[in-house]
Amino acid sequence: MTQTSRRDFLKLSGGTLGAAMLPFLKAIPAHAASGEVLVAVTGQTINSLDLHRTGTNRASYQVAVNCYDRLVSFGTKPAPGGGLSYDYSVIEPELAESWTISDDGLTMTFKLKPDATFWDGSKVTAADVKWSFDRAVSVGGFPTVQMKAGGLQRPEQFVAVDAETFVIRLDRPSKLTLPDLAVPVPFIINSAVAKANATEADPWAMEYLHTTPAGSGAYKVAAWQQGQQLVYERNDAWVGGPLPAYKRVVLREVPSPATRRALIERGDVQMSFNIPNKDAAELSAKEGVTVYSTPIENCIHCLCPNTAFEPFRDANVRKALAYAIPYEAIFQTAAYGRGAPMWGGPAEIADTAWPRRSPYMTDMAKAKEHMAASGFASGFEVPLSISLGLADWMEPTALLLQESFGELGIRTEIEKIPGANWRTAALVEKRLPLHLENFGGWLNTPDYYFFWAYKEGHLFNSSNYRNEEVERLVDESLHMAMDDPAYAPKIKRLFEIAFEDLPRIPLWQPALNVAMNGAAGYEFWFHRQLDVRPLEKATS
Amino acid sequence: MVSDRAKMILGRMAQALPVVAGVVVISFLLTRALPGDPAAYFAGPAASEASIAEVREALGLDKPLVQQFFLYVGDLAQGNLGTAISTGQPVAADLASRLPASLELTLVALLLSCAVAIPLGVLAATRPGTWVDHLCRVLVTAGVSMPTFFTGIVLIYVFYYLLGVAPSPLGRLDFIYLPPPTVTGFHLIDAALAGDWETWFGALKQLVLPAVTLALFTLAPIARMTRAAMLQALSSDFIRTARAAGLGRGKVLYGYALRNALLPVITTLGMVFSFTLGANVLVEKVFAWPGIGSYAVEALVVSDYAAVQGFVLAMALLFVLLNLVIDIAYALIDPRIGFS
Repeated sequence: MTQTSRRDFLKLSGGTLGAAMLPFLKAIPAHAASGEVLVAVTGQTINSLDLHRTGTNRASYQVAVNCYDRLVSFGTKPAPGGGLSYDYSVIEPELAESWTISDDGLTMTFKLKPDATFWDGSKVTAADVKWSFDRAVSVGGFPTVQMKAGGLQRPEQFVAVDAETFVIRLDRPSKLTLPDLAVPVPFIINSAVAKANATEADPWAMEYLHTTPAGSGAYKVAAWQQGQQLVYERNDAWVGGPLPAYKRVVLREVPSPATRRALIERGDVQMSFNIPNKDAAELSAKEGVTVYSTPIENCIHCLCPNTAFEPFRDANVRKALAYAIPYEAIFQTAAYGRGAPMWGGPAEIADTAWPRRSPYMTDMAKAKEHMAASGFASGFEVPLSISLGLADWMEPTALLLQESFGELGIRTEIEKIPGANWRTAALVEKRLPLHLENFGGWLNTPDYYFFWAYKEGHLFNSSNYRNEEVERLVDESLHMAMDDPAYAPKIKRLFEIAFEDLPRIPLWQPALNVAMNGAAGYEFWFHRQLDVRPLEKATS
Repeated sequence: MVSDRAKMILGRMAQALPVVAGVVVISFLLTRALPGDPAAYFAGPAASEASIAEVREALGLDKPLVQQFFLYVGDLAQGNLGTAISTGQPVAADLASRLPASLELTLVALLLSCAVAIPLGVLAATRPGTWVDHLCRVLVTAGVSMPTFFTGIVLIYVFYYLLGVAPSPLGRLDFIYLPPPTVTGFHLIDAALAGDWETWFGALKQLVLPAVTLALFTLAPIARMTRAAMLQALSSDFIRTARAAGLGRGKVLYGYALRNALLPVITTLGMVFSFTLGANVLVEKVFAWPGIGSYAVEALVVSDYAAVQGFVLAMALLFVLLNLVIDIAYALIDPRIGFS
């Protein structure tokens, strides 16, 4: 066996292999028919197999998606820009077989699939669901915040009626509760295994589940070398959805985008997840490589003038900024045209679609008019802050903004803030006078976006914006059903105020780029992580 | 003589203690002085004030600085470097898995570099002004003037992408191999110990391109230093005497001149090793090498105090050890201290 080309290798039988390699390699030749193993590369690192743990990074959320089940999941629809996307408007069963919601909207009753089992063969029961939900609302940090968004806050709300019946009691009816059960956070853990590995100091088995998942999901973790690779192996007894095509998925971490690009172009890997816009634009012209650029739902790259600072209290200054932005140049330079434009929309707001184009466009004459009408006609100086962690789009954007604002007499100095300090400076302390920001909401409703980004004191309202009417409209619409006749007028009014007051000036809707070579079936998810379950070999 | 040497070694080790203590204090203070709030970072994308406070308490960052320091020193005394929040593993385990990867790469690169640079330097010194000398100058200038990540990407482009002779640049081992049972953490040594030559070749193949990249970069100081030291040695009185006494050319060149010239080369080598180990983070990124440089940078980016402190401490200990080794190597090489 001198040839170690991967394809040849996978076809070989286990007999020729060295004894030291057996535990891992034995498994590959067993399903060695080519097309049973997918190799994907990503630049991000997975730092935990437990989403609930403090310090778990975003890239690790995919383990919750691929290895665990939730009660429900979202449907599938064709995505803008090709490929598939999850469908926020359709809720599908995953571990729950069916569910009912009481007339007052306060009690949700879930029937679990009777044949659902964990990887160790034990049955998935309502007690497991309760334990998992109790954990999510108790451990604090991000999972608890996300659960709260759906009105899930206290363990008393969750009742295991019998082995297959699980009940959630809500304080108030909310359209966000059911979708919030389909986000990665409320995943269902094998509570017997977890409890057996819990200690008094660690009642939720955080240490154990950090490295050893115990779920019922479509894939098990066959190997995890942190900083190097994660190997998924299919769970053939999965009942949460159609059985995945690949028996094994190897996810390698390759930090350098240039290396990832060489790998996908050569076809040695079948998928490169989350590639830079530039590579996406160039790779899409290559034979054999398919690139999916899906605009990220409910996410907008914005310029935020902070209303806590004097020049930006003046509405004319904010409008002058909005008219001075070279939108098209930024979209082409910083995003390579990937994503969706968010400028030059109609003045009239006819529907509740979000994100939507703002009525502003590049118009220096208008910008100068507004500037002259403001109290700062002679211009001013202000730092324009960007995050080094997001420099790939923020830096070119900031340079173009700097040039344009200079024409208005707004002299900006670009302040680059290290990634670790960015959150604190921009979102927690909200102390950046003029900065770029890119909030995206997991739950795809406009009111949810406004809740996080336009309400005073909320994390992503980095402009310190406060408007009494916005506060009231968001509170009223947040839990209201979207088909309620009162809903649309409230949302339209919110849009009007947002575009009039401009605490966030929309630039463009970013895209998530994925390149495939030899594989198909990619599906975009709002969590922007790799769902390996629907992937299959490309038919060519 | 032997007891003198033992005394010297013990003395050098004793001198290292204040250095290590200083490193402990400075690394602790520096990480705390960094702007950025790990609690806010690790609380995640949608955290509220309350959940950030919860995280801060869980990380022990709500305690006064002095108390945090004594807790840290107390843990250190028990050999506990703490837990890295960004990886969720004990820092000692992280370092143990990543340091050998970096060391293996750096050592192989330096061996390669020495194997080329020292003969090149000697040749250039014995024939100053000839084409060999010029070739040496061009090679080292080219090597040092190209940044490592650039050389790395060019090598990948040519040998992997265009020619297809190099394996996929996917880290220490392609995914079809299982890492050999860990003894030293060096894949080449561990695979050889296990008699697993398949994996040994697999690891070697992955090692070639990154090692060449680093070797090209480290060629310059070694070759230049060898050349300069050789020129100086060759023009010194004892060489003239040796030549006058009619000693053979080889004996003069390698027995006397090179042995003297090696002293500054060894010093340079120590320095090159130190900065390469820290600076090969770019090579690690390009070749997806799970080394200690990229670990430290990632930890620094997220203000992961325990991991950064552990890294600085491990590097400090390594350098203390390295200087000790160099001092001992001096004693072996320097004819004035030599045993023969």
